[in-house]
Amino acid sequence: MAPSTLLILVVGLAVLAYYVGRQRAIAGALAAGPRMTHSLPGYHGGYVALWCVIPAVVLLTLWQTFEPIWLRDAVLSALPETLRALPKEQLGLVYNDIRNLVEGNIVSSSPGADILAAADQYAMLRQLSRNLSTGAVLVLGLACIAWAFYRVRPSFRARNRVERAIEYLLIAASLVAILTTIGIFLSVLFEALRFFRQVSPLEFLFGLSWSPQTAIRADQVGSSGAFGAVPLFAGTLLISGIAMLVAVPVGLMSAIYLSEYASPRLRNYAKPMLEILAGIPTVVYGYFAALTVGPILRGLGESFGLDVASESALGAGLVMGIMIIPFVSSLSDDVINAVPQALRDGSYGLGATRSETIRNVVFPAALPGIVGAVLLAVSRAIGETMIVVMAAGLAANLTANPFEAVTTVTVQIVTLLIGDQEFDSPKTLAAFALGLVLFLVTLVLNVIALRVVRRYREQYE
Amino acid sequence: MSSTPGVKELVARGIGRRYRNERLFKAAGLGALMIGLGFLAFFFYTLVANGYTALQQTRILLDVKLDLAVIDPDNTRDPAVRATADYQRLVRDAMSALFPDVKARAELRDLFALVSPGAGLELKEYVASNPGAVGSTISVWLVADDDIDVLVKGHVSRDVPEADRRIDDRQLAWLDKLEQEQRIGLRFNRYFFTAGDSRDPELAGIWSATIGSFYMLLVTLLLSFPLGVATAIYLEEFARRNRWTDLIEVNINNLAAVPSIVFGLLGLALFINAFGLPRSAPLVGGLVLSLMTLPVIIIASRAALTAVPPSIREAALGLGASKMQMVMHHVLPLAMPGMLTGTIIGMARALGESAPLLMIGMVAFIVDVPDSPLDPSTALPVQVYLWADSPERAFVERTSAAIIVLLLFLLVMNATAILLRKRFERRY
Repeated sequence: MAPSTLLILVVGLAVLAYYVGRQRAIAGALAAGPRMTHSLPGYHGGYVALWCVIPAVVLLTLWQTFEPIWLRDAVLSALPETLRALPKEQLGLVYNDIRNLVEGNIVSSSPGADILAAADQYAMLRQLSRNLSTGAVLVLGLACIAWAFYRVRPSFRARNRVERAIEYLLIAASLVAILTTIGIFLSVLFEALRFFRQVSPLEFLFGLSWSPQTAIRADQVGSSGAFGAVPLFAGTLLISGIAMLVAVPVGLMSAIYLSEYASPRLRNYAKPMLEILAGIPTVVYGYFAALTVGPILRGLGESFGLDVASESALGAGLVMGIMIIPFVSSLSDDVINAVPQALRDGSYGLGATRSETIRNVVFPAALPGIVGAVLLAVSRAIGETMIVVMAAGLAANLTANPFEAVTTVTVQIVTLLIGDQEFDSPKTLAAFALGLVLFLVTLVLNVIALRVVRRYREQYE
Repeated sequence: MSSTPGVKELVARGIGRRYRNERLFKAAGLGALMIGLGFLAFFFYTLVANGYTALQQTRILLDVKLDLAVIDPDNTRDPAVRATADYQRLVRDAMSALFPDVKARAELRDLFALVSPGAGLELKEYVASNPGAVGSTISVWLVADDDIDVLVKGHVSRDVPEADRRIDDRQLAWLDKLEQEQRIGLRFNRYFFTAGDSRDPELAGIWSATIGSFYMLLVTLLLSFPLGVATAIYLEEFARRNRWTDLIEVNINNLAAVPSIVFGLLGLALFINAFGLPRSAPLVGGLVLSLMTLPVIIIASRAALTAVPPSIREAALGLGASKMQMVMHHVLPLAMPGMLTGTIIGMARALGESAPLLMIGMVAFIVDVPDSPLDPSTALPVQVYLWADSPERAFVERTSAAIIVLLLFLLVMNATAILLRKRFERRY
């Protein structure tokens, strides 16, 4: 029986177990009287069902993990001596051929008699393994049901046990968040370490030239394989800087206007409208930057006699800045609103105008929170991918001129990894090293920003 | 002593400047707001102005002779035989019949280029559903090539020098003749909504990308909703405050701010490279997106749980419920609308996400509609990315239209979330 069918069967068995356990509990309660019963009948049913599912699923999982290993060993050891002497990679190919024969897939070459015999053996062994696993899982499931079934009696504390099982389930779920973080960190770190074994970290962090195309043949021209990431960091900073030059003034002034000047009506309409900007997918901004803003800037540059590249840092930065406006404005709005009214009233009482109050009283009081908001926005800008992939350049230029095309860390990660790739070339692994840098930088920015925001909030509460 | 001015005078002297600054400051705030909103308006205007023309496409009215000798020479009436016939030849014959003077090989090729390669398939479908029509001559509107389409819609000007045009002067003359005979018309663009990707813009559509996105969101929802809710319940209701729970909390907050592309790296290294899951599959996309959505759902669910007042919990406990019963029977149902709202918002974000999908190979050129979450597929935002990179002018309107469809999906999801919040919001 295929594992998926077996799983459905186990679930069916569990439903049956639930009803059996529940019936027994009801019968016991009727005989002993409700005062003597500890748990509701449903809990007894759940208890029996849990005993059916958990051991059976664990056994099935173990079986599925070890079955391929055992099959491979058994099939390969039965192969004739000539085939077994092959190097490891070729042996793997032979084994794949055998499996493909059984699955009915396309085989790489016409199979010999040995391979056909091995395929027959593979099919036979797999059938045997499946029959065995079906039998073992069902027997185990039934045995556990029987054991749990006889424990069901009115005084049995089924509820406590079921509840504890649910609690373990909840704990397991909450560990996923940690596992994900560890998974991200380790998977990126391992690949990055493999990269640093081939390229020194100092060259990567401080080298001034980036051309990741490595030569396939030794005599190939123009593929030096230089991995100095400084041009990428500089390009990322340039584009993020332009984005912040747009987002911080516009976002901050919008937040000040909305929280200090705007009528409640305007605020009710304008704030959600501004937040729509944050909900638009980034690929849409990228399309916009590449097809609308890029050509407009190029045309403007021409009319002023400037040479603006069609994939200029300015275009990508401007559009990214617009995307980030709502991040700055809604967070700043929150902190400005958290400034106590008494501070404002005091300032008005001394004769200050509204703008003087805002500049000299509200803004300094809200500054830590605003700094936190800006830091969060910076980390957003550094990690932003689609806009720069579509609207920024690919060549690594070390320049501060916003009219030229620059490339960023995220662009290089995407270009290095798009399409098929092998996992041992430094070109592919370089993407993971860049990813590690990106992950660490954004992590640090976020930790600082969250801390600043939190500390500030506590002051007025 | 009259040379030192009094306080009153000093204030009066500065008041004009101060009021001017006040007005300037207020105007600057309003200006900033208008920049943001103005961009939003400009943005939607450009999208709609570019995209609405993709609803229609140019078709050419042709009198096609459904020649039995071509479709089914032995008159077997077997659908399998008829499906493999050379229908494009019928289209070519019909074009030749309209322009009998065109004889030279190169000229004929240019003439046939006016009609899309998809026209033959349309004829095939017609024959399959009307087997009786074989042998007669029918008048059908067949789909035109994308170069004709952009010209008819006026996206490409006729005034550019011939060398810069994809259509030469001779083809223009044929097109003019067709227009005079009223054989050129705009019809509903069914390909856009029912087809997969195609190298020919006139035959390209978003259906397979939509299905890919659907499978991906399904996987994401099935994984991240139960996990997210369970985590939130544990952290909010059961966990004691200690180092472990603090660690989990910090992790969740930081995960929410990790750049999406890093999740793509995780998917590539872990799911594809280590676990050997298939490339380009919505299953892997869904796994990656659910890791991204999880923090959003957890944070929203925890907020929903804290909003349930303690009196409800105390009442349940006071009536003899166990802690688990209190949570499952009373707190969870009250918090569910808030959790669902957070989930929908997280799903909307996942739907618009494309950067991690580029890493796990979902940028493939997919023509077929995927049948399961394991088939290679692409997603709506990635389709937008692919089309935005295509050089053909006809893809511009299709990209904008695909974006409009994507934004409509997002609008529906967010509106549902807002409605849900309004409908079930309680004040205790």
